[in-house]
Amino acid sequence: MAALELRAVSKTYRVGDREILAVDDLSLSAGDGEIIGLLGSSGCGKTTTLRAIAGFVQLTAGRIAIDGNDIHNLPPARRGVAMAFEGYALYPPLRIRENIGFSLLRERRPGGEIRRAVREIAALLDIEDILDHYPAFASAGQQQRTSLARALIRRAPLTLLDEPMSQLDPQLRAQVRTRVKEYLAAHRLSAVFVTHDQNEAISLADRIAVMEQGRLQQFGTVGELKNRPNNLFVAGFIGEPPMNLMAAEVEAGGARVKLLGETDNRAAAAVGELRLNGAAPALDAGRAHIGIRPHQVVLADDAPLRGRVISNQWLGDQSHVLVDLGGLRIVVVSAGRVRDLRKGENIGVNFPPDAVIFFSAKDGTALPRAGGHGGE
Amino acid sequence: MNSPAIMQTVFDKTRIADLLTTAGYALALTAVVLFFLFPIFWVLLMSFQTNADILRTPPSLFFSPTLSNYAAIFAGKMETSTGTQDITFLRNLGNSALLSSLSVLLALALGVPAAYAFARYQFRLGEDIAFTLLSFRFAPPLLVLLPMALYFGQLGLNDSYWSLVWVYQLIVLPLVLWIIRGYFEDINPDIEHAYRLDGNGWGATFLKIAIPLARPGIAAAALLAFIFAWNNFIFALVLASAAKQPVTVGALLFVTGSGIQYGYIAAATVLSVAPILALALFLQRHLVEGLSLGAVKG
Repeated sequence: MAALELRAVSKTYRVGDREILAVDDLSLSAGDGEIIGLLGSSGCGKTTTLRAIAGFVQLTAGRIAIDGNDIHNLPPARRGVAMAFEGYALYPPLRIRENIGFSLLRERRPGGEIRRAVREIAALLDIEDILDHYPAFASAGQQQRTSLARALIRRAPLTLLDEPMSQLDPQLRAQVRTRVKEYLAAHRLSAVFVTHDQNEAISLADRIAVMEQGRLQQFGTVGELKNRPNNLFVAGFIGEPPMNLMAAEVEAGGARVKLLGETDNRAAAAVGELRLNGAAPALDAGRAHIGIRPHQVVLADDAPLRGRVISNQWLGDQSHVLVDLGGLRIVVVSAGRVRDLRKGENIGVNFPPDAVIFFSAKDGTALPRAGGHGGE
Repeated sequence: MNSPAIMQTVFDKTRIADLLTTAGYALALTAVVLFFLFPIFWVLLMSFQTNADILRTPPSLFFSPTLSNYAAIFAGKMETSTGTQDITFLRNLGNSALLSSLSVLLALALGVPAAYAFARYQFRLGEDIAFTLLSFRFAPPLLVLLPMALYFGQLGLNDSYWSLVWVYQLIVLPLVLWIIRGYFEDINPDIEHAYRLDGNGWGATFLKIAIPLARPGIAAAALLAFIFAWNNFIFALVLASAAKQPVTVGALLFVTGSGIQYGYIAAATVLSVAPILALALFLQRHLVEGLSLGAVKG
């Protein structure tokens, strides 16, 4: 049974006479014990979605079910949901310890059990030393972990986390991330969290929902998002560095594909031709976009597509080479060190046919391969 | 001149400048305090003088203090050159306390939930209603007084405590509403959300989270509203009979046929200011305490 199911959820805000569509026809479901990441830039609707699940936002349309029961009309208290807030939202007059144990106290659990549970979760999040402080005297990072602890201690059917680690420094963040993931897994807890940091989404989530302008762009594992993006947005959003995207002119049937660059007067000009050996989708002739991940581009001296090196950066474990193909710049990631490539040097690049993804020029959606499978 | 000596001169100069600045501030502050406190001090002195002492020219700080003004007010009898007159001042004082307290309590009972609604929820005509309530403060009371007196007469509402408390809402309700609304808006709504997720309804959340967190604001608004209600003169003058009038109106009694009884007025003023002053001092502690918890904002 799905731990969480959103079906055609929409939320429209009315500001004065204007209507703002914050969430547009969003459907997704999470399995039992699954961790879902809502990823997107600010204003993409991810927080609105999370708050709708918690019950602080009334849906304009759609349904939300937890463990198979519709909950979108229930008050927050009866939804079986725990939440860590981006602004922490700790109870100011209560000590950190009381804040964390508050929900258990309300359930009238025995004192010994509450103390034990608070100690355990505080140890997990490294806030044992401030348990007797008041929130006002804790740092932002400590308050955030307290808020996280207050949500996790409940072991609710569904845990919601809104930017749960935004205030932690990178080292601590990595550590807390691992521990939270272990804790959720150990207790088979389902969770949905919101983040704008794709590294956080990738390391914490089992599946990621990429949102933009209120719409779900793609919902899948990291591998799916990276290798089979649904559309240009996901292709350009996921990955570091993101996918190389370029305009192309396709002959009928996809037999020949010309890459287009920009000349000085911003007119499109062919910079080269791809030979894809029939791997291109059966397209009508015309414009399309193609994409290829930086680490799948191969630098080769004898490749027909030629360009000049603009920069070559060694990051310690990989090289990022920026190549200008004549008004078209692409990034090439090479695992080895490409020390000998200097700025201005002429170099060939090769796009392996399997790695190239086609997108419609009209709406940016990914086009299926002729063979019926995406590039892997 | 060697460099330590230069340093010394520079040091001396900045020291002198600092001293001058400090002295200037002290002088200015003293002037302000004198300006505001002198009338109160003078009234306090007057309350211990007889009318003859007060009206002596030139006025003098040296006089033989007397408690006769206070004694007369508490005894309820005032001696004037034309004879003895009854004083209802203590009753007026009681009326003031009763009217102001009831008005503020009613304003809090109505205004706190309303302020919360205005702060937390968007609803149709919400801003318009809030602004209309505020606009009651713009209109001069005299504008509405005459029609109100006529209507109250027809409705049989003249000369009752409740009708005065009702009319006082014109003064205190907008104040309470707008001050407390600001405090509610400053509270992170997620604190309330967290409490609701912990298994509580919105009613409990309002009572146990929102109100306690807005307490400094509620105290400030209540205090201001109380002072405004206490100081009101015109509504009570027109709408209430002698038996139900507050001190502001009651003080008119000291303007007698045989002259203005400044000594009694001074004593009455001291007595009517005292409760407000006490209340302000008491609530000020609460205000500071609430703010210094430093935790109003999440």
